[in-house]
Amino acid sequence: MAKLNAEALGKIDLIVAKHKNQAGPCIEMLHEVQDSLGYIPFEAMEKIAVATGTSVAEVYGVVMFYSQFTTEPKGKHVINVCLGTACYVKGAQQLVDRVEKLTGAAVNKTSPDGLFSLDATRCLGACGLAPVCIIDGKVYGNALMGSTFTDEIRRIIKQERGAEVKA
Amino acid sequence: MRNKITNLEQLNDIKEAEQKYMHLRLQGNIELTDDDQYMNILCCAGTGCTAGESAKLIERLNKLLEEHELEDKVRVIKTGCFGFCQKGPIVAIFPDRVFYTHVKPEDADRIINEHVIGGNVIRDMQMYDIDKNTGAKVYDIEKIGFYEKQQRIALRNCGKINPENIHEYIGVSGYQALHKVLKTMSPQDVIDEIKASGLRGRGGAGFPTGVKWQFEKNQPGHEKYVICNADEGDPGAFMDRSILEGDPHAILEGMTIMAYAVGAHHGYIYIRAEYPIAVSRLRIAIAEAEELGFLGRNIFNSGFDFDLEIRLGAGAFVCGEETALIASIEGRRGMPTPKPPFPAVSGVWGKPTSINNVETIANVAMIIRKGAEWYSSIGTDKSKGTKVFALGGKINNTGLVEIPMGTTLREIIYDIGGGCPEGKKFKAVQTGGPSGGCLTENELDTPITYENLIAAGSMMGSGGMIVLDEDNCMVDVARFYMEFICDESCGKCTPCRVGTKRLLEMLTKITNGDGTMEMLDEMEELCHEIKDTALCGLGQTAPNPILSTLRYFRDEYEAHILEKRCPAHVCKNLLSYSIDPAKCRACSICARNCPAEAITGKPGKEVYKIDPAKCIKCGLCLTNCRFGAVERH
Repeated sequence: MAKLNAEALGKIDLIVAKHKNQAGPCIEMLHEVQDSLGYIPFEAMEKIAVATGTSVAEVYGVVMFYSQFTTEPKGKHVINVCLGTACYVKGAQQLVDRVEKLTGAAVNKTSPDGLFSLDATRCLGACGLAPVCIIDGKVYGNALMGSTFTDEIRRIIKQERGAEVKA
Repeated sequence: MRNKITNLEQLNDIKEAEQKYMHLRLQGNIELTDDDQYMNILCCAGTGCTAGESAKLIERLNKLLEEHELEDKVRVIKTGCFGFCQKGPIVAIFPDRVFYTHVKPEDADRIINEHVIGGNVIRDMQMYDIDKNTGAKVYDIEKIGFYEKQQRIALRNCGKINPENIHEYIGVSGYQALHKVLKTMSPQDVIDEIKASGLRGRGGAGFPTGVKWQFEKNQPGHEKYVICNADEGDPGAFMDRSILEGDPHAILEGMTIMAYAVGAHHGYIYIRAEYPIAVSRLRIAIAEAEELGFLGRNIFNSGFDFDLEIRLGAGAFVCGEETALIASIEGRRGMPTPKPPFPAVSGVWGKPTSINNVETIANVAMIIRKGAEWYSSIGTDKSKGTKVFALGGKINNTGLVEIPMGTTLREIIYDIGGGCPEGKKFKAVQTGGPSGGCLTENELDTPITYENLIAAGSMMGSGGMIVLDEDNCMVDVARFYMEFICDESCGKCTPCRVGTKRLLEMLTKITNGDGTMEMLDEMEELCHEIKDTALCGLGQTAPNPILSTLRYFRDEYEAHILEKRCPAHVCKNLLSYSIDPAKCRACSICARNCPAEAITGKPGKEVYKIDPAKCIKCGLCLTNCRFGAVERH
């Protein structure tokens, strides 16, 4: 495993120190580490375990339990497809299939070239716009209608890989 | 730094000052002087409308007002959810009481030029309803079907006030109930009032709130806690999110009253991290309440201390279960523990704890202010007050509705929701999310109460209400919920961990066309075993979607098994696509969109054909064909 750079380690130390005296701080620390680094490296789990007086296994167990925590860095572009009920009954599964085809990223995985992560998220609460997708933070409602959403993915692929995509 | 508010006079001073400035929205017809503001433009800044770029719209409106030097006369106010998410982003103009729908940032120019300056209502953007009898357009907001049957208590301030300004909350009598409680009532008085109101938990199970509080109050010791459960995990439910986004102070006030009643001095709001707007509004609200002294030490000089902390969830549905939620607040894996001991005896950090849902807490201040008698006059014999539902799925008017208990499902779906879109046939309504069930046309006239919904094979749940039409496959819906439960099962107890997995396997086989009739009986038996033996509410209710669809839609299961056919054309393995050569114009659009290269032909010359061996049944050809040549069987 590649060693984490000093800057990231410093960030982790600051986060751990900030929450150390709070009651039950483990999840709060993990949230901040992920916000700051984009994922939770093993070193962070070690430091959190030391600070909270538990084992690394215990902290790892918490990371694995909650679906929002990830131990792998995300792709350059993150696509979220909402799989809440309202979106599902309006065809969100078709959207997932399309994005998988287009990007080569499987659900909740990153494409081999590290360009896209496809996350099937739980209900975003924007049920009025179902089905809903998010590309890099921008929300696309009624995403099965027309091609605004897939055009955006195609645009990114063209820009990043420099090639037109079929399909 | 603002001064702390320590008595009723100071509170009323702010209220009066605010009301003067809010009168446009609150009363409507008043005499204006030249110095007064003459118009309020309310813009929804809830999650749905924000996704529709309402933030840009607000920015643009403000910029235009500045350009026209109208910023002193006309004020743009960002509010919480108006409820009518289908029509968002929504803009409401007061005192004219005109609602505009689907407003885009570029529409700001028209609103300012034509309405604000020109004084003309922009008819083509205005919200309207069609009068059922005359067929005429109805513009009066009170008479629009979506709003007409609603009664807003928990949502009272959503879409009316700026959630990021505590003064506006005080202006609508906010924190008056807290003052009344701390200065004139004993903790037991408060509990008695809540008991008398008949308020029951709005998170799903419907436990009487006052009784819950009494349990905790009766516990010995001084270290006690209160928790607001804002881990709204049911897919398709967004009531709690909208309350937190639109009226966060109602939660703060309700929780402080609750803490005083049970004797707690510290509270937690456990909220999903998927709700960034709600989290940020809560943080703002807590900071403002602390500044004005509604949280902290010696609130209203009463000697009562209370502070609040936000804890973020991290994506685990089971954390909505109270014992799992407590484990998560303590920083551990969110796994439930057997009850008893109940949280009221041993909760967070092993101390007595009361946990209430967001909507339940949103009712508290109103009950104290207007009295238990008023509250218990609304609703039915055993289910008092109102309930908020998030109406979604195949329905014309998606959004948030609050109705008195006892309203029928038909009234919600047809009168408020406007029925299924595109003239499709209504098939079922799903309530209670993954813990609930599907009800059919025959149950639509059931008045909504906790007991009636359970008797019909579903449950109240937290308030998700998903409408399904003829294009939805009930077996697939059951499979969807079971997949969700399998994902979210914490794995602690065998019935839930293994049992739901077996159920999912059987459902998957059926949707793939590999099911047998014996499976239906096996599933039913396993469902009842899981219900009886699972550790927590998640497992105990997990089989409900299957049981209710088996009860009402057994014919659909049988069609999948016996005829290898999905009547709603959803289950991929049971579908096939073909192109009607008589209708095909050889335009090639299907072939160009086919991700599997399964379609061949020659543009303009030879009609196209689908190779069934290559076809992945994605349906893209069907959606893209302009001539209706693609057929699904």
